[in-house]
Amino acid sequence: MDPFRVNARAYFEQEHGVDARRLERVLAEGLGRGGDFADVYVEYRQASSLHLEESLLKESRESVAVGAGVRVVVGEQTGYAYTNELSLEALLECARTAARIARGSRAAGSVNLSPQPVPDRYAVERPAHAAPMAEKVAFLRAADAAARAADPRAREVTANWSDEWRQVLIATSAGELVADTQPLATFSVSAVLEANGQRQAGWKNRGLRAGLEAFSVAEAERLAREAVAQAATLLTAVDAPAGEFPVVLAPGASGVLLHESVGHPLEADANRKRLSVFSGRLGERVATELTTVVDDATLPGLRGSVNVDGEATIPRTPTVLIEKGVLRAYLQDRLSARLMQMSPTGNGRRQDYSSIPIPRMTNTFLAAGDSDPEEIVRSVARGLYCQAFSGGQVEPAVGKFTFSMHEAYLIEDGRRTRPVKGATLIGSGEEILRNIVAVGHDLVLDRGAWACGKDGQSAPVGVGTPTVKIAKMTVGGRR
Amino acid sequence: MKDFPALAERMLAQARAAGAEDAEVHLSESTRFSTRVRQGTVETVTEATTRAVSLRVFLDQRVARAGASDLRPDTLEGLVRRAVERARLANQDPCAGLPDEFPAPPPAESLNLYDPALETLPADEKIALARDTEAIGLKLDPRVKNSGGAGFSTSRGRVWLVNTRGFAGTYRSSSCSLGLYLLGQEPGKAAQVSDYWYSAARQRAKLETPEQVARRTVERVCRHFGARKVQTQEAPVVFEPLLAAELLADVFAAVTGEAIYLRRSFLVDTLGERIAAAGITLLDDGLRPGGLGTRPFDREGVAAQRTLVIENGVLKNYLCGSYSARKLGRRSTGNGTGDGEAPTNFYLAAGPHAPEAIVASVERGLYVTRLIGQGVNLVTGDYSRGAFGLWIENGQLSYPVHEVTISGNLRRMLEGMEMVGSDLDFRDAFAAPTVKISAVTIAGT
Repeated sequence: MDPFRVNARAYFEQEHGVDARRLERVLAEGLGRGGDFADVYVEYRQASSLHLEESLLKESRESVAVGAGVRVVVGEQTGYAYTNELSLEALLECARTAARIARGSRAAGSVNLSPQPVPDRYAVERPAHAAPMAEKVAFLRAADAAARAADPRAREVTANWSDEWRQVLIATSAGELVADTQPLATFSVSAVLEANGQRQAGWKNRGLRAGLEAFSVAEAERLAREAVAQAATLLTAVDAPAGEFPVVLAPGASGVLLHESVGHPLEADANRKRLSVFSGRLGERVATELTTVVDDATLPGLRGSVNVDGEATIPRTPTVLIEKGVLRAYLQDRLSARLMQMSPTGNGRRQDYSSIPIPRMTNTFLAAGDSDPEEIVRSVARGLYCQAFSGGQVEPAVGKFTFSMHEAYLIEDGRRTRPVKGATLIGSGEEILRNIVAVGHDLVLDRGAWACGKDGQSAPVGVGTPTVKIAKMTVGGRR
Repeated sequence: MKDFPALAERMLAQARAAGAEDAEVHLSESTRFSTRVRQGTVETVTEATTRAVSLRVFLDQRVARAGASDLRPDTLEGLVRRAVERARLANQDPCAGLPDEFPAPPPAESLNLYDPALETLPADEKIALARDTEAIGLKLDPRVKNSGGAGFSTSRGRVWLVNTRGFAGTYRSSSCSLGLYLLGQEPGKAAQVSDYWYSAARQRAKLETPEQVARRTVERVCRHFGARKVQTQEAPVVFEPLLAAELLADVFAAVTGEAIYLRRSFLVDTLGERIAAAGITLLDDGLRPGGLGTRPFDREGVAAQRTLVIENGVLKNYLCGSYSARKLGRRSTGNGTGDGEAPTNFYLAAGPHAPEAIVASVERGLYVTRLIGQGVNLVTGDYSRGAFGLWIENGQLSYPVHEVTISGNLRRMLEGMEMVGSDLDFRDAFAAPTVKISAVTIAGT
């Protein structure tokens, strides 16, 4: 049977014998020594990838992962055990191991699971895993040809495709039984241009929770040409300046800045433990009035969207983290929400069955303002315009964060002028929020393949922003 | 798992029956434990034993790969069959194939990779190690009262590798690690400062004690109090060993065979050239007994070796697996992963200088204690990362610095490594002593 045409609950029941009764027994065993909460996360993941370089389809890969994790929570404590085997015996053994965190001897309570409906935010027409390999290879070949045709200096081109289908079944001691089928597809292209002994690379990617219908040869070609154009721009780039300057962020991927500077420091675990500069500051003004930051798992088809998080909470609405400058909410999982006496927000995500859920972002963006993007650039006498990013990092407890520009331009006398080489910007999250002095009306939710790392777990996320002006940031250039 | 060798043989036979000329099966089994204790409370305890298999099939100079943690026979049989089908759809590539030769790897026992004591170490003792480390750390300085937690983790397991060229190898390995993350706050100030320290080893007995880890963490936290920015300037920087090792990770990425043949490295076409200061010697040593990167053979079955990467400033070798070796007309250096290259123990050889003497040689500059962010362009070597550190004034560590960046070019930075310390610290698979680089741009106010 094709595991991905059927409901995840039916799949695990028919293929692995994992039914509600088995999960109820495992949950009861997990709470056998007491404990406030237990859950079982069962996962089957099929992934495939294709790699083209030197105009050759060099490799394809297919992998299947199966596993389950049992969690027992007692107060602030979590016991966790996982396995690759879904037999009753293996799951009970995990439950007993996870339960060691609890010291009580309360008799096993009984759990009655009842299935919960989930929304459908993925809208897949043509599941990528089931499509012929040739269709995906066509994207890669088209990208390769387009990149080489776009510029004779294109020396090396690589293109990658990957898709993933994940069947997830989560049962909790609160009686919830939630099934979800989560698709993820990614296309990326990168080109190295070489001229006069100089080399530069450009790259573009797409990452969506969607089927093959969301990708096309035409788009692959366009992204390839954009990657080449980016590398060509970088070949003419001068060193970025060093020091403090006003910075204008292009709409879309620059949302990485919000992800690092504000998103991570607003995760509930860090705030509960006073490991964030925003601890205990709900209701305070932390940013300019122009600043509204939202985390939204409900957006259809985006990379960070989910029907259900990693612990059976269904995000129903966007979470407004900062509203017109005032801190309104943290990103909650069940554990932190209970300890902080707040409500879960559906942000308890996990990388896979080997991971404990922790508060994570989904799609995080700065809401649109009302400034004209061109006017924002015109208002800068000397500064930087940041077009594309390679990533960032934050130290939430001290609030310092970086983000690294891959493609950026000088702004001189209100005009975008020469391209500058990549450089890292550093700042403090609190200061950045006070320095957001203009927000454009041009919000773009980026469709790039962003991955966020925390506690050794990786999660697909979305970022977005309109054009934003930050009055002052430290730019790590060399001039 | 005692039926692993039979399972691997069955998969090889299935691959051949489906039409593969060559095949390779890698199996692994690992048992993990990790715990985190915060403010005296056990926050998490995680335990698991997991298994995984990965496969490569070759036919007619074409390749395909597969992997699974679902080891049911039907699943594996389907994966093998589909891998062979997919290989037929790949392009022919004259460099594709298993390694050409399999010199005998060193006996695993001689490499000191496994500590049987970790099998029997009780969970309560593991938790106590983390608990004690944090408790000691929180008593050492009245300004250090908040904690991100202390962690202790162990991992032990076995891998098997077999292929249709007659290679069959297996070895056991283990590792453990103890770490602590603490925060400090000065009286009357809102801002917190933070830092961490850790110790990792293959043997429990080689691990630093809770006392050592705690003291080192607190020292590192407390030196950040009162940090400020500095003016933008060009100045020398000194990387302490942990941070110099981070710099080496970028250098490693630039000397892999894959980065070279794809021309994604600033070290393309520089073999035999002087690329670093005289006295700079960089090695990748897969044979170092007890090393965290040590193993008898790589993921393709090529025996571990000790490779000189940079000798006295001259680039001597790229690090290759069998594929990139063929692409570049070189030999595998035993760094193959089947999909690129991985380091073993990649380290900068110790130099003659006491670390104190290196600091003393700097009139004004930055002693780097923490780096954050990406910001390394391997194609050009352009380097720009966020930094925390201590300002050096007249040869003395004077005050802490935060929220600055250091920027340069890795090639220039290698050429500018004018002093190397005697304090080589094998804390991880990347290792380095204290290093001074003559000039980078420090961006601040």
